[in-house]
Amino acid sequence: MTSYTRADFQTDQEVRWCPGCGDYTILASVQTFMSEMGVRKENIVFVSGIGCAARFPYYMNTYGMHSIHGRAPAIATGVAVANPELSVWVVGGDGDMLSIGGNHLIHALRRNVNIKILLFNNQIYGLTKGQYSPTSEVGKLTKSSPMGSLDHPFNPMSLALGAEASFVARTLDMDRNHTIDILRKAHDHQGSALIEIYQNCNVFNDKAFIQLTGKQERLDNRIDLVHGEPVMFGVDNEWAVVMDGASAKIVATASVDPSAIVIHDETSADPSQAFALSRLAHGPDGPTPLGIFRRAERPAYDSAVSQQLAQAREARGPGDLATLLRSQGTWTVD
Amino acid sequence: MSDDTATIETDPSAGEIQQMDRVVIRFAGDSGDGMQLAGNRFTDASAAFGNDLATLPNFPAEIRAPQGTLPGVSSFQVQIADWDILTPGDQPDVLVVMNPAALKSNLADLRPGGMLIVNHEAFDERNLAKAGYDKNPLEDASLSDWEVYEVPMETLTKEAVKDSGVTGRAVLRSKNFTALGLVLWLFGRTTGVTESWVSEKFGTRHPEVATANINALKAGYNFGITTEAFQRTFEVKPATLKPGTYTNVNGNVALAWGLIAASQLAQLPLFYGTYPITPASDLLHELSRHKNFGVKTFQAEDEIAAVGATLGAAFAGHLSATGTSGPGVALKSETISLGIVAELPMIIVDVQRAGPSTGMPTKPEQSDLMMAMYGRHGESPMPVVAASSAADAFDTAIEAARLALKYMTPVLLLSDGYIATGSEPWRLPDVEDLPNISVPFASGPNVGGRFMPYLRDAQTMARDWAIPGTPGLEHRLGGIEKQEVSGNVSYDPDNHQLMTDTRAWKIANIANDIPHLQVDDPDGADLLVLGWGSTYGALRAAVGNSRRRGVKVAYAHLRHLNPFPNNLSTVLSSYDKVLIPELNSGHLARLLRAEFLVPVVSYNKVEGAVFQVAEIENEIAELIQS
Repeated sequence: MTSYTRADFQTDQEVRWCPGCGDYTILASVQTFMSEMGVRKENIVFVSGIGCAARFPYYMNTYGMHSIHGRAPAIATGVAVANPELSVWVVGGDGDMLSIGGNHLIHALRRNVNIKILLFNNQIYGLTKGQYSPTSEVGKLTKSSPMGSLDHPFNPMSLALGAEASFVARTLDMDRNHTIDILRKAHDHQGSALIEIYQNCNVFNDKAFIQLTGKQERLDNRIDLVHGEPVMFGVDNEWAVVMDGASAKIVATASVDPSAIVIHDETSADPSQAFALSRLAHGPDGPTPLGIFRRAERPAYDSAVSQQLAQAREARGPGDLATLLRSQGTWTVD
Repeated sequence: MSDDTATIETDPSAGEIQQMDRVVIRFAGDSGDGMQLAGNRFTDASAAFGNDLATLPNFPAEIRAPQGTLPGVSSFQVQIADWDILTPGDQPDVLVVMNPAALKSNLADLRPGGMLIVNHEAFDERNLAKAGYDKNPLEDASLSDWEVYEVPMETLTKEAVKDSGVTGRAVLRSKNFTALGLVLWLFGRTTGVTESWVSEKFGTRHPEVATANINALKAGYNFGITTEAFQRTFEVKPATLKPGTYTNVNGNVALAWGLIAASQLAQLPLFYGTYPITPASDLLHELSRHKNFGVKTFQAEDEIAAVGATLGAAFAGHLSATGTSGPGVALKSETISLGIVAELPMIIVDVQRAGPSTGMPTKPEQSDLMMAMYGRHGESPMPVVAASSAADAFDTAIEAARLALKYMTPVLLLSDGYIATGSEPWRLPDVEDLPNISVPFASGPNVGGRFMPYLRDAQTMARDWAIPGTPGLEHRLGGIEKQEVSGNVSYDPDNHQLMTDTRAWKIANIANDIPHLQVDDPDGADLLVLGWGSTYGALRAAVGNSRRRGVKVAYAHLRHLNPFPNNLSTVLSSYDKVLIPELNSGHLARLLRAEFLVPVVSYNKVEGAVFQVAEIENEIAELIQS
């Protein structure tokens, strides 16, 4: 195995995001991770849709396709099914993945195609210059919503869990170690992965994630989900998450029996608790869970397709064209 | 020689065997009556007997329209002949009707003096009312123009099925076999072929159903023998077809086999991404049965995902195809344009149906030609090929694959609902004679140690196909305009002009790689009939009939619609008059006028139905006279 450095994954193309864009940090994290991933770069494919984030493949020295708005999960599905040996990654923003491409996203997740989807969520349309997105908060003032947006936003974690996703995680552009750790676990996972990356758009939606990135704010608001650990947060873990019926809620740690605190189980076959955790925040405005919500085992679609082909060959032998043409009965004219 | 529209020479002697060179039979009933099955079984029995034949299934889009109503009527027409016929016939000579609605909606088509076989037991008050009859047409003089036979099909069926183990409402489901048995007798066929089929189809899993159907089949057959009511029976001798091995095939199956053949000839696995849509779904059904050929079928969440996955599989190195009908092509158009810029090979099959919008999904039409040519954003030329018959769909699929791979381009393949569901005998090709269409992948750098994804072959102008997994050839494709050679993003105006011109030239140049248009003109005619697609059979027959009447008329049929064959301009200018019959409002005619400035004459029909041979013959006659 060739050993790579981050530079091996950089292209000769000038990176053209706005100065200060969170995409630069994500690109660096991904390139760093790829250099350590243990997959040869000719076996890596990046597919993107349209939007600022979707320029990503041009900056990755792998195989890539910058495709059509919303369609990257569908195109990547074709790549993965055609060649399950490839490491296939999808990059798109919140408009690309959740608006125009929402249908493809949920179906790729339910099928569990072996593609890793990086959802750069900046809660705004960047490339079209600042309209509200399907993750923008209600009341958002933008060029297309001068009196405030009326649209109720998606919660991407809840959506993915509802779409039967087997790997669902959230990270932050600024936290490179956290991002790389999740990329690695997504790579190790068999099947589709949805990784929501909170990404700051410093031009059209600056500081949207300040509650999770600000020096003091993050101490108060980051709920780091750790497999097998009780869900607690705050400077001194003074806050904890407990179940209240089917819902998760935040309580003062001191106010509850420690055994009542939710123990995070990312591998649970039942996504109910992960869903409850996803409902703790409908946007990054206060305490918000980060990390892996779900990492459950389920057969990967592309491998299953190949298995069916192998089964068919085993049962019937490799196809013979002359036999096929005669399979509906024939007659001979002399 | 008689022809597709000749009338029957009625044999006056009752009970005699009437020699016929061809007969048109139509089975009509409620969509739950199993008429498609009866028609298909009669077709197979006739094929096995050695007749030439052509079929025309006609069924409602609703799976089960209200029982006994006019919209619920389903029919299957087949023409059998002792010579090389080309169409399912204009008018039935024999019509079998299972209920009043079937009578009402099919009677007008029955040839005057033709034979009408009626399941009279279905003509009760309720069914008559549903069909809109005030009184029973069997009881007045309204059917006096035809030779009517009332057959108690329900009584016969109940009696035949009673010991089979099938009970209750299921008993009468076998009545299509009763009707089939009678028609087999009427044409001097035995029941053996059908019995074998029934045993194979139902024998293992539902032996009682097999018994019921075979008993019903025999009851219908024996009714013919014993009743002595029929004044005549028919004999249609085997056709003298070109020596070879034949099978009976419909266009969807032949097209699916063509894609499998292309994948073998290209030595590439086949990926077929699709979303179910009438009348293209059978392509998916057929292909999904042949995974042992390495065929990967993908039933996507929608039309857009279907073509997206197809493009992705093309990028990854598969022979890729997607199939749909008109509304689906509309949804796929954005991705087809990406395929044109990315210069990846893929096949888009459009099994056309009557539109616009949902239109009439089970009815044929040729109204997607303009969309195939121009229905994309930007300057986005692509090859367009059209199948002319069920069997021809096999060769057309291989040709579409050849062009896609050799020229690194999406290719649009036009079929339609008539080709898709109609069947004909197909003289099987020798697999060894099929063309090799394999194209090597790029395996290493192509310019000074680097890989340039948009470096082109000097002859074809195709770029290299470098697939993921190949070391050193990592590159990025995309929808943003490409710098020539390097494939980098480019907004340079001169480059955009160059790339636009290059993409156009690449497709236009295919004209040098396709056969000249062959014109069939034995008499030195002044009139040329030029067709494309599924009208082949009707046009060919009409031209043949006209010639037998002494009319000089030439005929040619286009497979390649973009680019056109190189000699088309010369052909068009060689005739005083050019008639272009199309099942649309004149798409090909408009293309020819625009491209060649020739005053071609359109003959159009947009009824969701195929041309009748007689319609074309009349048009030819009128043009000759004018």
